[in-house]
Amino acid sequence: MAEQSAGPGNSGKMEKAWGEFMGWVDERFPLTETFEYHMSKYYAPKNFNFWYYFGVLSMVVLVIQLLTGIWLTMSYSPATAFASVEYIMRDVEYGWLLRYLHSTGASAFFVVVYLHMFRGMMYGSYRKPRELLWIIGMAIFAVLIIEGFAGYLLPWGNMSFWAGQVIVSLVGAIPVIGPDLMEWVRGDFLMSDITLNRFFALHVVALPLILVMLVFVHIVALHHVGSNNPDGVEIKKNKDENGIPLDGIQFHPYYTIGHDLPAIVMFLIFFCAVVFFAPEMGGYFIEKPNFEAANPLKTPEHIAPVWYYTPFYAMLRAATFPLFGIPAKFWGFVVMAGAIVIPFALPWLDRSPVKSIRYKGMISKFMLGLFVVTFFVLGYLGTIAPSDTATLIAQIGTAIYFAYFMLMPWYTRVEKTKPVPDRITTSH
Amino acid sequence: MSSSDPDTPSTQESEPGPKSIDKTGFNKQRRYFLIGATAVVGGAGVVGAAIPFVASWMPSAKARALGAPITIDISKLQPGEMLGPVPAWRGQPVFVIYRKPDAIEILEQERDDLADPNSDNAEMQPGYAKNPWRSKRPEIGVYVGLCTHLGCSPKFHGEVQPEPFDENWQGGFFCPCHGSKFDMAGRVTKGVPAPDNLPVPPHQFLSDSVIQVGVDEETA
Repeated sequence: MAEQSAGPGNSGKMEKAWGEFMGWVDERFPLTETFEYHMSKYYAPKNFNFWYYFGVLSMVVLVIQLLTGIWLTMSYSPATAFASVEYIMRDVEYGWLLRYLHSTGASAFFVVVYLHMFRGMMYGSYRKPRELLWIIGMAIFAVLIIEGFAGYLLPWGNMSFWAGQVIVSLVGAIPVIGPDLMEWVRGDFLMSDITLNRFFALHVVALPLILVMLVFVHIVALHHVGSNNPDGVEIKKNKDENGIPLDGIQFHPYYTIGHDLPAIVMFLIFFCAVVFFAPEMGGYFIEKPNFEAANPLKTPEHIAPVWYYTPFYAMLRAATFPLFGIPAKFWGFVVMAGAIVIPFALPWLDRSPVKSIRYKGMISKFMLGLFVVTFFVLGYLGTIAPSDTATLIAQIGTAIYFAYFMLMPWYTRVEKTKPVPDRITTSH
Repeated sequence: MSSSDPDTPSTQESEPGPKSIDKTGFNKQRRYFLIGATAVVGGAGVVGAAIPFVASWMPSAKARALGAPITIDISKLQPGEMLGPVPAWRGQPVFVIYRKPDAIEILEQERDDLADPNSDNAEMQPGYAKNPWRSKRPEIGVYVGLCTHLGCSPKFHGEVQPEPFDENWQGGFFCPCHGSKFDMAGRVTKGVPAPDNLPVPPHQFLSDSVIQVGVDEETA
């Protein structure tokens, strides 16, 4: 802005120089072309609503995690794991802030990713031609689960140790190869420094690399097929004489500045409020037993994973009886893994003629609502101590969770759907 | 007209397909054979190169060297109690309990709620512990204190009294992680996630008050 006031002649020269520079770059690297393809000439449906914030917020959290993670690695050492975290918290300048940003970032990551996934389920964003986009997204979720677990081990508190013990033991539930495989994963006959060291390597190098690559591929796939929207109407069907979708607006600047930036600011306000005022979130973000160093001889009185795994943990615990000759222990593994794997198939389970929940029938609406309630109930059950009642409810919840997916080919076909408009209906 | 035409590049790519190869006189079959052979040899190379990376995750020599037998002094262990602090063998907690006569009596009664009441799974205890109390001496029980479900360390609840997790509790171990229950001989009940009884480690009595874990008369 300052250059403009210096006189038109000057700014004209600046513009010309800038244009020449960009021309030089564009001959050697498709910079302008890439920017236009992904930003200024990427046409997104004009009716994005609240639910469309969480994709970009996932990216924001990813950046927070990468930045704080690299800085934490500078002071953390797996050889003195528990002590080095104490050192970060007490002696490293702003170490407490970096760690709380990172630990809160982990929870925030799952908050925004769960909401992002729910949006996709609600508006049928996984339907043709977005099947691969959905699968890549699910792969990101799966890697995120492992990344979060590996990171949770690093403070090497007593909860880190025993949560690690339980999750690694899951591998041991696989028949025949299980026990050897478990030893291979741990690199030892029990959870030890060796196990910690390799999970450190995975957490700070291997998995972030995979995560960043998958996010890149996710966006490439998205910009190839175009964004879905709350109506589930393909905006590419109605284009003007220039080939621009009639119901689309340029992603940049309309969505970047007008839609996403305010959302990012709002998100960061909430995020910082948690970081500064409730970083432990009453034991849900950082669990109390983790303030005690790992003790291989003493399981904490009450062991529960961090909140974002508790729905899956509740399903794992719900398997208490053998079935079809398979022992309960292996069923727990199968159910938990199945709960993570089955959403991959969503594009082919949904047989509805319409995409968005807005035009689906009552059964789909009811099932999605039931699914959300069940997910919360399972999440709560995963945090409390096991009891007969809790186990029974978890078993019912597990059945509902799987029924939502398994019965989908049936209920999406039989129900009466509403007519889908040709064009987008509302705009925000 | 920029981005919305994904088909253009792919049709360009498909032009030098099998047809053009034929026209220019290339031997298609030989080309496929060479591609296949290169892929197989390259694949074998990748598998070979993966071996050190996979094998590197096996327990190291240092990890394998740990795990010598330990001796445990039980002279201060009182009836009805479990030895604390819990000793460790191969890094695993070892539960040593001193059973009262009434606890031994309960163990010898018939029960239909146990998954393996007669210790038929030979992997879970040495032969000398295949008896109602799963130990060498009825009053002293020695068990590896890791739940056979997912490896949490169960809690000792030695008294016959109603517990929050079981109103009809007969004494034993309760795993707080996933609710598995074991009786005073480490035998797992039915309907819990743990599939097997608590393992009995190889052990021997060096004297009435000293146990050695990790070695017994048969293996020594």
